[in-house]
Amino acid sequence: MIEIKNLHAKVDGKDILKGVDLTIRPGEVHAIMGPNGAGKSTLSYVLAGRDGYEVTDGSVTYYGKDLLAMEPEERAAEGVFLAFQYPVEIPGVANTTFLKTAINATRKHRGEKELDAMQFLKLLREKTKALGMSDEMLKRAVNVGFSGGEKKRNETLQMAVLEPKFAILDETDSGLDIDALKIVAEGVNALRSPERSMLVITHYQRLLDYIVPDYVHVLAAGRVVKSGGKDLALELEKNGYRDFGVDEAA
Amino acid sequence: MAAQPETIDQVRAVTEQKYKYGFTTDIESDVAPKGLNEDIVRFISAKKNEPEWLLEWRLRAYRVWLTMEEPEWAAVQFPPIDYQDAHYYAAPKQKVRPKSLDEVDPELLATYAKLGIPLREQEILAGVEGSENKSPAIAVDAVFDSVSVATTFKAKLEEMGIIFCAISEAVQKHPDLVKKYLGSVVPYTDNYYATLNCAVFTDGSFVYIPKGVRCPMELSTYFRINQANTGQFERTLIIADEGSYVSYLEGCTAPQRDENQLHAAVVELVALDNATIKYSTVQNWYPGNAEGVGGIYNFVTKRGACRGKNSKISWTQVETGSAITWKYPSCILQGDNSVGEFYSVAITNNRQQADTGTKMIHIGKNTRSTIVSKGISAGKAQQTYRGLVKILPKAEGARNHTQCDSLLIGDQCGAHTVPYIESRNRSARIEHEATTAKISDDQLFYCRQRGISEEDAVSLIVNGFCKEVLKELPMEFAVEAQKLVGISLEGSVG
Ligand SMILES: Nc1ncnc2c1ncn2[C@@H]1O[C@H](COP(=O)(O)OP(=O)(O)OP(=O)(O)O)[C@@H](O)[C@H]1O
Ligand SMILES: [Mg+2]
Repeated sequence: MIEIKNLHAKVDGKDILKGVDLTIRPGEVHAIMGPNGAGKSTLSYVLAGRDGYEVTDGSVTYYGKDLLAMEPEERAAEGVFLAFQYPVEIPGVANTTFLKTAINATRKHRGEKELDAMQFLKLLREKTKALGMSDEMLKRAVNVGFSGGEKKRNETLQMAVLEPKFAILDETDSGLDIDALKIVAEGVNALRSPERSMLVITHYQRLLDYIVPDYVHVLAAGRVVKSGGKDLALELEKNGYRDFGVDEAA
Repeated sequence: MAAQPETIDQVRAVTEQKYKYGFTTDIESDVAPKGLNEDIVRFISAKKNEPEWLLEWRLRAYRVWLTMEEPEWAAVQFPPIDYQDAHYYAAPKQKVRPKSLDEVDPELLATYAKLGIPLREQEILAGVEGSENKSPAIAVDAVFDSVSVATTFKAKLEEMGIIFCAISEAVQKHPDLVKKYLGSVVPYTDNYYATLNCAVFTDGSFVYIPKGVRCPMELSTYFRINQANTGQFERTLIIADEGSYVSYLEGCTAPQRDENQLHAAVVELVALDNATIKYSTVQNWYPGNAEGVGGIYNFVTKRGACRGKNSKISWTQVETGSAITWKYPSCILQGDNSVGEFYSVAITNNRQQADTGTKMIHIGKNTRSTIVSKGISAGKAQQTYRGLVKILPKAEGARNHTQCDSLLIGDQCGAHTVPYIESRNRSARIEHEATTAKISDDQLFYCRQRGISEEDAVSLIVNGFCKEVLKELPMEFAVEAQKLVGISLEGSVG
């Protein structure tokens, strides 16, 4: 279980998160929506442990542990995965090499045996096929020269390979064409399980037709201002965020 | 994410322990008095029991050296070297040259064992006989301070007519070959450090591959500077006769000392018709500490002559050590259709300085050269790629391709690219590409979010950056080099 309590965070001296409260139980999918600049990506970075995102108050408990005390790589090894809003390019490092290094680092942390080349390739082939990605993309350097949609698909592939316990998807749907959206959503749904929780950040209710959330939250001006079921997303689509005092906050 | 002091301590601990070859060996050595003059040159020559012509050659070099000035064009800075404040000869004390490994001082063998060199012939042989498909055997020549202490596999090589021995031994046993080729690629008037080397060189390796012979194993030399206040001036000469092939590896380490030590080696390669020489170096001399105290000055002249038609010389280097590196392995492409290659990875961290690159001199028709240089700078290090591509009027159809990439880690280091191109033949084609990139915080965070530690992330990115060069190394070296790349950059981030 993940419990975010009264979380405050600063970036560059500016208060961005101003008391976020959120509880996510195993197996649940929570969607977060909210206007641009509300602090959605900031929340995901704080959860993943990015430098420069200073927590000034509050706590995050992750399966009984203090998540905020862990290094980013420890969090990853403990099962926290962030699909980036803007995936990063790493020239010279083949996608395959990157994934193999990542999975073996996490396995090592968990005291599991590292995968050898054969085992890894087998796993990778399965996942790649399910996501309709080409082998050619695996040989290329991580995200280098990938189209916007391909990058998002690549994030989904990484998630599928690493099998996290808590996945945060930051606008993984933006930039995807209609077919890709379906494929990625299927990939995400395939990962849904009673042990796995997800936090899906999106601007479009359309995604939630494919990945049906248990809860929808509105994050505005650094706070969760409204929570509800899947219907909340439809409401937002109709009325926008003006009911949440966004204009004053901005 | 507080805990700053701990992090700093950890980084420090890592940096301090990282030079794992920084031990010294306690061996009484036979040392010449400090200083440099004609008597010292004569002393060295006499110690080596050299013929008159060689002594004369050394003295000529010494006299030229006196008239020369230390080069100042390289982008490196260091206090003036007092050439009188060093020993020019240091040999582990031993009455006669050892006949076999059993006669070699066990302390010495222990040192090499610590360095991970498979010096014991029996062990290597055992390894080879055990399984046919294992990596090919390596013949090793070990140079300790100034003296070559043991050459393995000699008998096996001799059967094929291959000569692989200390150059001092070659002077005694194969004087005609030495006389014919020594100084024929790097003349004794060449440059300040090379000329000094001609005057005072003490030992090094000699290789001769006869006509049509493909050397069946990697030949390898390990250089080690042990004695305090000694300069190391080794001299390597490799001759590949018509239609032959040899792959040669050179590895270097030195103990950790506070004072700087000078290493001014000369390597000469000669490839005759249809011959190929592949020369690989993994240089890991002590780089000095994080504040820039101590470390080796590596001022080396390496040059190969592709004298015959269709000959090929390929330099591959991984330079991670030394306080200062000044080094330009070059090819003189004399023979028609000859090929020169230079693959380089240079890593500078903390306060290391490196000015390195290559020269490709195209003389013959249809000569081709390839330059791939990967420079990585971290900490407060400064690095310069300096490369010359020169096409002479008769080099009809000459081709060069240069790829020169720099990678910066942090924002206090520097990388500079200085290409010189001179073409005197209109049919020549020269291409030059250069890029500079930085390891960004975004990249590091991305890797860490996937579970990869910061240091592994740097190592992953850097290895990816230089894989084009690393794949040119012989298998045995490639793995070692990959690890070294990681170790050299420990503590460079965070
Ligand atoms: N490094 C930074 N320096 C200063 N301000 C920053 C920095 N990073 C983020 N911010 C600010 O923090 C606020 C929240 O940004 P964040 O990226 O979390 O928004 P978001 O909700 O993800 O928006 P979007 O829907 O556009 O992705 C914005 O006003 C942004 O400008
Ligand atoms: Mg965002």
